[in-house]
Amino acid sequence: MGQIAYLVRDLAIAFTNRVWRIGLVAQQIVSIGYGSQAVVIVTGAFTGAVFTFQTYAKFKDFGVESSVGAIVSVALCRELGPVLAGLMVGGRVGAAMAADIGTMKVTEQVDALRVMGVHPVDYLVLPRFLAMMISMPILVAESISFGLMASYAVAVYGYGVPSAWFMHHMVDHTNQWDIVIGMIKGFAFGIIITLVACHQGLRAENGAVGVGIGTTRAVVISSLVMLIANFFLSILLNYIWPLGNLV
Amino acid sequence: MIERTGQPFIRIRGLHKKLGWQEILRGIDLDVWRGETVCIIGPSGEGKTVTMKHVIGLMQPDAGTVEVDGIQVNGLRERELAPVRQRVSMLFQSSALFDSLTVEQNVAFPLVEAGVRDKKEIKERVAQALDVVGLSKHGEKLPVNLSGGMRKRAGIARAIVTRAQCILYDEPTSSLDPVVSDVIDTVILRLQERHGITSLVVTHDMKSLFKIADRIAMLKNGLIHFLGTKEELRDCPDKVVQDFINGRAEVDF
Repeated sequence: MGQIAYLVRDLAIAFTNRVWRIGLVAQQIVSIGYGSQAVVIVTGAFTGAVFTFQTYAKFKDFGVESSVGAIVSVALCRELGPVLAGLMVGGRVGAAMAADIGTMKVTEQVDALRVMGVHPVDYLVLPRFLAMMISMPILVAESISFGLMASYAVAVYGYGVPSAWFMHHMVDHTNQWDIVIGMIKGFAFGIIITLVACHQGLRAENGAVGVGIGTTRAVVISSLVMLIANFFLSILLNYIWPLGNLV
Repeated sequence: MIERTGQPFIRIRGLHKKLGWQEILRGIDLDVWRGETVCIIGPSGEGKTVTMKHVIGLMQPDAGTVEVDGIQVNGLRERELAPVRQRVSMLFQSSALFDSLTVEQNVAFPLVEAGVRDKKEIKERVAQALDVVGLSKHGEKLPVNLSGGMRKRAGIARAIVTRAQCILYDEPTSSLDPVVSDVIDTVILRLQERHGITSLVVTHDMKSLFKIADRIAMLKNGLIHFLGTKEELRDCPDKVVQDFINGRAEVDF
């Protein structure tokens, strides 16, 4: 935790120095944002589809099957969209970040940066952090959007729920704060992934084995921290913007 | 031209360092004069690279002081080390070139990061640095497409492009064939003779040592076991020194 605190301090200093290396940030946006789209879209779409499939059966018992759109929408916006996008990006991008930086560390490239008067956090962490801050909310939005589209397809074309009812319930019960909560969580998960992955990369040692250990730890730790943080964020954000009646 | 007056360019006093439980350095004193090439030798794990890393602030000592051109290095924070790193550069054992950049981009990197914005100036200085190490025709290549010797030379070009006054070489001829090693030695000598660059070289290569060194420091048990010129080293009656430079081992399996 102490090392993470130092990393946050150095990141804050790097940010306030305003040497943001826009070219590197753009490269990272392509790598993180553009490169993660397929993973996030597929995850969001199939989560929306299977959630609709499971919910429809129970809702039908109570005769409220047209409300499937409402429950799926709120769940995707508040929880499933950001959490699953976070876990998938953590697995894909977090591992890549830790491996990239870890390899640079064990091959003395990080020391070479320092010798040339470039702080590793300025050059390696800040561009990744900024790129993640830009990419993650967009990826969460994509995950939610494709989840809702898949949910619509399953409910309307698969189970014959009237399109107008599905849309009415969805729009009526999803307010802007549900979307804001999803974006805030995406933002928070982006911070967690970047800090954990970069920290594991920067502390890698002992060659390829060390890089492997750092990469594994980056994925496992960031996933666990995201799930734990999600619980507390949910309580906090639900306190600020309470969940309304769904049905 | 070695200036042995005034204060030494690098001044190490009472340097102590522990890594884990192991006490690597137990009170090193060493001066390196401006324009001088000092080679550090000694068995593996005796703290040669550790000593070098203290000079450029990559490590902080547990006790003792390190001064570079009158600036006390120990105690400085990472962001306060810029004045030292403008004066001193380093060639890493692995060369530490950035894989994603071409040789030219690698050599230009410290200039760009130092705030040089004039592209013409960058191009000229990169071309000069590559010319000094004989890599003018290989600037477009990626490090992965270079041989070991070319990577070392590209690393040297990157180290000299900022016109550093001192270069630290960490095993510059390791894993190179004898001919390529001789090329690297020639580059180091040329930098000293033509540009007056001060050099601190960690090496296990005895041929290289006798070609480039003005003085030699041998580390043993965390202390300087021998310090002197090539001639003094050759004539040193100490058995440890002679066994080391002649590669004699007392094997007792």
